[in-house]
Amino acid sequence: MAKIYSTRTPKNLNLKPKDETISFLLNYSKALSVINYNKLKFEALLN
Amino acid sequence: MKKELIQDAALISSYIRGDENALATLIDRHKQRIYSFIYSKVYDKDITEDIFQDTFIKVIKTLKLGKYNEEGKFLPWVMRIAHNLVIDHFRRNSRMPKFDNAGEFSIFSVLSDSSLNAEKSIIKEQVEEDVRRIIEELPEDQKQVLIMRMYQDMSFKEISERTGVSINTALGRMRYALINMRKVIKQNNIVLTN
Repeated sequence: MAKIYSTRTPKNLNLKPKDETISFLLNYSKALSVINYNKLKFEALLN
Repeated sequence: MKKELIQDAALISSYIRGDENALATLIDRHKQRIYSFIYSKVYDKDITEDIFQDTFIKVIKTLKLGKYNEEGKFLPWVMRIAHNLVIDHFRRNSRMPKFDNAGEFSIFSVLSDSSLNAEKSIIKEQVEEDVRRIIEELPEDQKQVLIMRMYQDMSFKEISERTGVSINTALGRMRYALINMRKVIKQNNIVLTN
């Protein structure tokens, strides 16, 4: 089949992340705490 | 523009101090540009979503660990992380090619159905019938060698033992059989392709 290069891709792609992704990131940020101990840094995920 | 830059920097410092809402504002402000940037490289919404998420996980970790230095602007820095993750994604995929049916490319253009359809099986039968008829036209000694070799899958050693001639003679007969068959095919314009 010939490829039609003139056809345009639809513009209304609604390019933004899903709400779930955003809320996951915000929850991840809330859950992540960094513990400082004698110049060492520990990451801890508290759910 | 300048105002936004200050605001980004201010939001980052308040986020580092523990204001979670600052992160929400930052993500909300830049999500569209970062998402579109990733999408423009990978052209797949699910992968874009994954890379977007990984990008911000990296951002959050770096900020929380206090490793972020306010040298450049926030957005170019996030874009750089996203860019690197896109490269990682392509690297991983080139090592392990993955096929899906999401895009224009279809797995079925690579994997074909090995069984023949009705038309092709009829053509195959006709071709085989033509070949059999051509073989029948060959001199007896050549026909014998060809049938033993091609249809009975015998080695030339076995053929020479069975027919009582030397291996070289059997090889020669096979060669002439093929030459003669080609000649007949050419003379009669027989098409033997499927």
